[in-house]
Amino acid sequence: MTWNQLTGRIHELARLVGRDVYLMEVCGTHTMAAFRSGLRQLLPANVHLISGPGCPVCVTDTNYIDAAIELTRRADVTVATFGDLLRVPGSDTSLEQERAVGGDVRIVYSPTDALMLARQHPRRHVVFLGVGFETTAPTVAFNIWTAARDGVSNFHVLCAHKTMPRAMEALLKDQTVRLDGFMCPGHVSVITGLEMYEFIARDYWRPCVVTGFEPADMLEGIAMLLAQIVAGVARVENQYTRSVTREGNRRAQELLAEVFEPCDASWRGLGVIPGSGLAIRPKYAAHDAAVALGVTFRAARVHPGCRCGDVLRGVVQPTQCPLFGKACTPLSPFGPCMVSAEGTCAAHYKYGYRMAA
Amino acid sequence: MCLAVPARIVELDGTRATISVEGALREVDVSLIEEPRLGEYVLVHAGFAIHKWDADEVAEWERIRGMAETVPKEVAT
Repeated sequence: MTWNQLTGRIHELARLVGRDVYLMEVCGTHTMAAFRSGLRQLLPANVHLISGPGCPVCVTDTNYIDAAIELTRRADVTVATFGDLLRVPGSDTSLEQERAVGGDVRIVYSPTDALMLARQHPRRHVVFLGVGFETTAPTVAFNIWTAARDGVSNFHVLCAHKTMPRAMEALLKDQTVRLDGFMCPGHVSVITGLEMYEFIARDYWRPCVVTGFEPADMLEGIAMLLAQIVAGVARVENQYTRSVTREGNRRAQELLAEVFEPCDASWRGLGVIPGSGLAIRPKYAAHDAAVALGVTFRAARVHPGCRCGDVLRGVVQPTQCPLFGKACTPLSPFGPCMVSAEGTCAAHYKYGYRMAA
Repeated sequence: MCLAVPARIVELDGTRATISVEGALREVDVSLIEEPRLGEYVLVHAGFAIHKWDADEVAEWERIRGMAETVPKEVAT
């Protein structure tokens, strides 16, 4: 099928639907890919892509950032993190600002690099900031398991890992969210497989299509969602067949189950969602920074004008936030959605805002 | 954050592999996939291969990327 044939099919399906349709791209990587490729401009006027809560940095609570900042102020602690978290504002400061005044904050490409730091500096506690969904969590689980096996007692993880299905359910229960189908996160699904979305189609009657990240993948995913809506069915389908299998990555699933257990987790914008987080099992408590280093999570302050929470639920567009593009820009962000490379506000600012202006 | 890129295994040593992403080389861990082999394509995330593509899956990738070649000029620009 050519590009024109595919976009033509989407327009034909949208005409058959005959009403406004709201499709959520759950994953932040989809959000960025949609903006970067310009595919939103190709869609019919009645097909709306809305961004979901799938940017891990964006949904991480401010009190987690505050706890990480507190760790950087301890003389014997090195904090290792993916670069995304560096500029996220805490209540008063950010990891980047703490690093500028002498905090030992290292950017790493993989949690394995953090474990390596711990091996190289046995007198320091190395704390990796464990943020991310099912795609990232196995890589962290592997390093906790390895540290336990090798007795690297100075390697710890400050754990805020989250899982997608219950957050998607929370959106469906929220009466303010208009949602006709999910473009499900492709790389989360590489690990989990397809099964975990079945309850959404069965109990909430919303089509789900696991989708890849090339522009043509996303157009195919949109066409598959619209075809289900036209046919009046709700199923879990897989557009990303080259990477996602029904059963997922069993090795990664076993590691997740070995190291983590489900817990309630607090999501920015969605509140506490039961069973939506991953906590380090007591067996690995020596590598749990919250336990081993006595980290406490205190009530945080967020800017009262920041609407990141509503943006993450898909209830408002970034341009509806009073701070967007004025007080809050990528150079001086107030909220995490403007910081992260895959944050919805950052995507709107970089690709959409100037076009609309 | 859930970005993962396709890459080809160009060296393999136990659970460590050197991968090539369009010519750029990087070392990754292959503990999370079964029976990695030289020359195979894998999806890489945060320093780990998380999935292995067979020949059909590589062909599917080429089909999807090939579709970009059919984008009309007025859309591409």
